[in-house]
Formats: sequence, C-alpha cells, structure tokens
Amino acid sequence: MLSYTTYDPLTEYVLRCADNNLILGHRISEWCGHGPVLEQDIALTNMALDLLGQSRMYLKYAAELIGHNETEDSLAFLRDAMQFRNSLLVEQPNGDFAHTIIRSLIFDSFHYFFTEQLMQSNDKRLADIATKSLKEITYHRKFSSEWTIRLGDGTEESNKRMQTAIDDLWRYKGELLSPDELDMEMLEKGIGVDLNKIEPLVDNHLSDMLNRATLQIPQAEFMQKGGKQGLHSEHLGYILAELQFMQRAYPGLNW
Amino acid sequence: MVTTTDKKIKHPEIWEILEKVKDPEIPVISVVDLGIIRAVVKENGKVIITITPTYSGCPAMSVIRLEVTTALLDEGYQNIEIVTVLHPAWTTKWMSEKGKKALREYGIAPPLDDQADEIELFGEMPAIQCPHCGSMNTKMTNKFGSTPCKSLHQCQDCLEPFDYFKCH
Ligand SMILES: [Zn+2]
Repeated sequence: MLSYTTYDPLTEYVLRCADNNLILGHRISEWCGHGPVLEQDIALTNMALDLLGQSRMYLKYAAELIGHNETEDSLAFLRDAMQFRNSLLVEQPNGDFAHTIIRSLIFDSFHYFFTEQLMQSNDKRLADIATKSLKEITYHRKFSSEWTIRLGDGTEESNKRMQTAIDDLWRYKGELLSPDELDMEMLEKGIGVDLNKIEPLVDNHLSDMLNRATLQIPQAEFMQKGGKQGLHSEHLGYILAELQFMQRAYPGLNW
Repeated sequence: MVTTTDKKIKHPEIWEILEKVKDPEIPVISVVDLGIIRAVVKENGKVIITITPTYSGCPAMSVIRLEVTTALLDEGYQNIEIVTVLHPAWTTKWMSEKGKKALREYGIAPPLDDQADEIELFGEMPAIQCPHCGSMNTKMTNKFGSTPCKSLHQCQDCLEPFDYFKCH
C-alpha cells in the first residue's frame, strides 16, 4: 500500500484529528464577513474558532510527541500538503451556503460520535481533549442539522441546492468511517475509535436529518479516499498557500 | 469536589491578587469568579497557578495568562509559572454566585444553574430572564454571540437585546 507516513502511529493519529479541525476551521473562517446574514456570519466564525482551538490542542500534543523543535505553529505552518492528514471532505470548497452546511452536517455527525468515543481512549491526553471538545461539537451538530432541515424543507430553490450539495459531497463520507491499518492499530491499543461501531450511529443521524429535510440520500456511490494518508485533492494546496503565507514569506514572524 | 472556598484556605494572599484580574472580554468578572483558576501552589519560592480554558478557541486565554503573570509581578512575585490543564473540563457550574450577580448587573444574563439549555438535539431553549427589566418574556435570536461563551437574545417587553452566558 502506498504510504506517506512520516511519524510514529500515535502521532499520525493525533495529526488526523488536528488536521480535520484545522482545515475545516480554516474553510469555515473564509465565511467571515461573507455570511448570508450577520447572525450566521457570527455563528460560522464562532464554529471556526472552536475548531481552531481544538486543532491547537491536538497539534500541541503531536508536537510534544515528535519532540525536537516541533511546535503547534511549525506543524500548522510548515508542513506541505502531503504531510497533512485531514480527510478529503473538510478541504472541499465552501461553494454556496448549501455546500457549506452539508459539508458540516456530514463532518459534525462523524465528529460528534468520534469524539464521544475518543473520550474513552486509554491515552489520557486524547481523552481529555475529546472531553473538552464535545460540548462545542454538540453545538456545531445542532447548527448544521437545523439548517439542513430548514433549507432542505424550504423553498424549491433551497431544496434543489441542498440536494446538489449532498450529491456532490456524499462521496467524501466513506473515508471518515472506513478504518485503515492505522485506525485498526490504534483501536487494538485501546487508543483509537472503533469506526465500525460509530458508522451506524452516524448514518442514522444523517438519514434522520435528511429525511426530515425531504432530501434524498445518494445510493451506492463510489467513495473517495486518501486524505488520511496524505493524498489530497488540489484544493488543499490553495488552502495552505493562504494559511501558511505569512510564515513562509517571513519565517519566524511574531506578533 | 473541592470548592473554591476550600482551595482558598491556602495562599489567600495570592487568591486576593487573582480576584483583581478580570476576564478581558467581560471586565466585571474576575478569573476566580469565572472558575478557571484550578489551583494555587507555592513551591521553593515559585508560584504555580493552574488555569483551565473556557472554550477551546477562546482568544482571551493568552491575555488572561499574561494578566495573571503581570498582576503577580506587580505584587513582587518574580518566580511565576502558569500551567494550563484540560482536565477536568471547565463548566459554568464553577462560576461563583458573586460572578453571576456581576454579570447580571453588567447586562449579561448569567448561565442557568441546572444546565437547562444543555442542548438536546432539538430541545427548546428555556426562557432566559432579561437582565435589564427582569422580564421572562424573551426570545433567543442567535445561538452564537459576540464571543464563544454567549448567545444572543431579545427581551419582548423592554425590547432590549442582550447576551446570555451559555451553560457549558
Ligand atoms: Zn427586558
């Protein structure tokens, strides 16, 4: 199997958690000043901030595991795209508000049940970070669920846009819930989450919300994967160009 | 559980200094009343303050660490260490009654005691009392507010908008 693993398994696993939060947080922060109405602009930027904060806790842990002179900042700002371990879903562009909401609905459903299980990890640091994050994620899941229902079961136009968003993004759900070798290894060690166990919980939540929203779940779609191992879509490079510009152009810059 | 009052028996002089450090975003509530100071320890002439963050991404935390350090330096302490712990995770249950009263007087509705708004997926938010006129006839206008810890509400009697410090 093709692998771009550079760190030990635990560090890789922590980076997956960190990078999902960092990249989705960055994506959602792109809405700052562009929200459809002020309230939702504020809501989105609040969620971006939560995700960034959660990412920092994971990155700090990863930096400590790696040692040397690695820091949360060097991991965020100086890794190249193939060293990122986020799933493909979170790097997908914001698109219209429907795409942003559906991307969050899928991620939040996964994130909620994943984090709830991670609270039981025998790695105390991961369990602590998960416990700290869960209340915030509960708010996120409520937000994306409510908007899915409101827009899906809204006007003809909003329903159409939401359905298009699901059809576009559904193919990125599989990666979140399909265990690879690293997921299995972490599960065996009592550190990681059993993805097979949370899959039905995530799917139930998603189908419940989509049914209420009068939206159709795409059938038997081919699932894209690779992000967790460092194989990304072209979008990640553009995100990093913006996210990392300052530290790349002015190394060590402080404010 | 160890209450704040129990903890303050040791090193009351340090707790007194910390009482003067306010949340930079809500300058009427001290970091002690907010419930984020988890421990004060003196060790070989060093003062070690243990802090726990409110929200993961709360930008006030780095300012708070700095202000705690500055407050202690001002009082002549030189060897200071600020430790951040995640566990146990902060909850608004740790906010003191004095802190809640200060919030209300400042125009922010304090968190309800019973965590009644701990969100069920589609649970209704209980009515939050208007901090301006005391009316219970209020509605939530946004689950997210000006800072991560607050939501936005409006009083339907005096018509004033107000912030509610969410249960967490
Ligand atoms: Zn009022």
